[in-house]
Amino acid sequence: MSTLTLPETIPSVPEDCEQLRKAFEGWGTNEGLVISILGHRNAAQRKLIRQTYAETYGEDLLKALNKELTNDFERVVVLWTLDPAERDALLANEATKRWTSSNQVLVEIACTRSSHDLLLVRQAYHARYKKSLEEDVAYHTTGDFCKLLVPLVSSYRYEGDEVNMTLAKSEAKILHEKISEKAYNHEDIIRILATRSKAQINATLNHYKNEFGNDINKDLKTDPKDEFLAILRATVKCLNRPEKYFEKILRLAINKRGTDEGALTRVIATRAEVDMKFIRDEYHRRSSVPLDRAIVKDTNGDYENMLLALIGHGDA
Amino acid sequence: MALPDELEALNKAFSGHGIHEQTLISILGKWHPEQRKSFRKGNPNLFIEDERNFERWDDHHVRLLKHEFMRFKNAVVLWTMHPWERDARLAKEALKKGPQSYGIIIEIACTRSAEELLGARRAYHSLFDQSMEEDVAQHINGCERKLLVALVSAYRYEGSKLRDDAAKSEAKTLFDAITNDKPIEDDEVIRILTTRSKPHLQAIYKHYKEISGMNIEEDLDADLRLKETVQCLCTPQQYFSQVLDMALQKDVDKSTKKALTRVIVTRADTDMKEIKDDYHNQHGVSLSKKIEDTAHGNYKDFLLTLIARGG
Repeated sequence: MSTLTLPETIPSVPEDCEQLRKAFEGWGTNEGLVISILGHRNAAQRKLIRQTYAETYGEDLLKALNKELTNDFERVVVLWTLDPAERDALLANEATKRWTSSNQVLVEIACTRSSHDLLLVRQAYHARYKKSLEEDVAYHTTGDFCKLLVPLVSSYRYEGDEVNMTLAKSEAKILHEKISEKAYNHEDIIRILATRSKAQINATLNHYKNEFGNDINKDLKTDPKDEFLAILRATVKCLNRPEKYFEKILRLAINKRGTDEGALTRVIATRAEVDMKFIRDEYHRRSSVPLDRAIVKDTNGDYENMLLALIGHGDA
Repeated sequence: MALPDELEALNKAFSGHGIHEQTLISILGKWHPEQRKSFRKGNPNLFIEDERNFERWDDHHVRLLKHEFMRFKNAVVLWTMHPWERDARLAKEALKKGPQSYGIIIEIACTRSAEELLGARRAYHSLFDQSMEEDVAQHINGCERKLLVALVSAYRYEGSKLRDDAAKSEAKTLFDAITNDKPIEDDEVIRILTTRSKPHLQAIYKHYKEISGMNIEEDLDADLRLKETVQCLCTPQQYFSQVLDMALQKDVDKSTKKALTRVIVTRADTDMKEIKDDYHNQHGVSLSKKIEDTAHGNYKDFLLTLIARGG
């Protein structure tokens, strides 16, 4: 569920554009005004604002934001304002260009978005980068990571609820077998995780636990330093329990010495309109601290205010 | 007694692609019981002498005949189908038939546009409650799996922008892999062929020829799947013209024969003209003439009508 809060009466799109223009005028920027508008509009509204702003003032709103805002605040506002598909395309492109084996952004995008949304990302990627997402992932990633990531970003999973229980049983067995043999990069593990529908994978994982006693991710933790195992665990979690995955990323980002703003921004900007409510509640449950309090403690200024606005905090 | 040229006409009506309905009506329809009996007795390949003193249709031939009668119906059904459903069903059927038909999966994945392939994947969800890639992955193993899953999952960039330096180095990569044997096991070969855009691949092929002196598909003679992939991606009309040529030979197996319907129905709206031109260049005879000589009846007329559209 979304944590975005919209005002009771929403100003017209031209009014919003005019206010934003006013916020940029003169010396400095009225950041509070930017937050009060963009931080409280949904994707469809933001898209109209962007269109109208360009038609009215002859400039892309994003360019104006780039010029006027700075640092973490700029990053969160720009990411937030982008259309979700474009946003994911940008994040994916960054991930391929600066790819390291600990980078999980590609897994996040490939596995937590719906099949339809992932497709939109691939289309946006064509338009923006004049290449396909899979060709960039294939080119910039290596070894076992490449073997897993390329099929993941290319998948177009069936989205129905139908489950084949016999298949779930046999595939749980295959997974257990390969994991026991430590053949973590086996083509069948990749096949199952990269092609099966989410419902089918859920059934397979349930059967895995019923039959073999452990959650699959427990069995995939034999070597905590192995980065490929970490990516496999992330894949499983993103496919199966995305809210829990994102909660953990948030918690690690906040608890990290100095805060990982990149991760914090990414999770909040990409999930605010999707399942931020569950993530927020899960965070509270797991940390005994409400998310907004943790953000207030760890961040400041306009960046803090924008994050709070997006997670639906009071009257930020 | 049946006349010899009637017999010949009748035998001709039963062989080749499709059925010559008119011959069957005008000759067979008029025969008395004795004429039909002598036809049965005179054709031991179609009719077996049963121990209980009658001539029995050979089951195998009845099945063959059934297929020939169905050729027109299948062409009509395939033609009227939405292209997405068509490609999804063709892929599913090829998967069920086994390795000798996997070339059809390559054909679909590589000759369709990115949007058409996407459409086929959508239709696959609706028709079979599964994704195309999961089905392909489940039924195929090893290196072929990697190639085919990646091919059907591709959503290639379709603009003209390409980086020639990358194309040059990738041509070298391909050349080295092919020279070292077993290119299908090389991850770089798979990466290049399954993710690069078609214009980029064209540039690669150009550079490849400069390095090798040969066209890449000629150097891939030893690897059928890669050869088909390369042909379908960059010289589809040539590929289709070859498939048609094989389908139009005498005495070919069922699957090869079916290609005639498949290629004509799936390409009639796209690049049939270029395929016809290529066929004519390769074989010195027009495709229409060859179909005229090889196919019969309504099936023949239907095919000729399809390929005559748009010049």
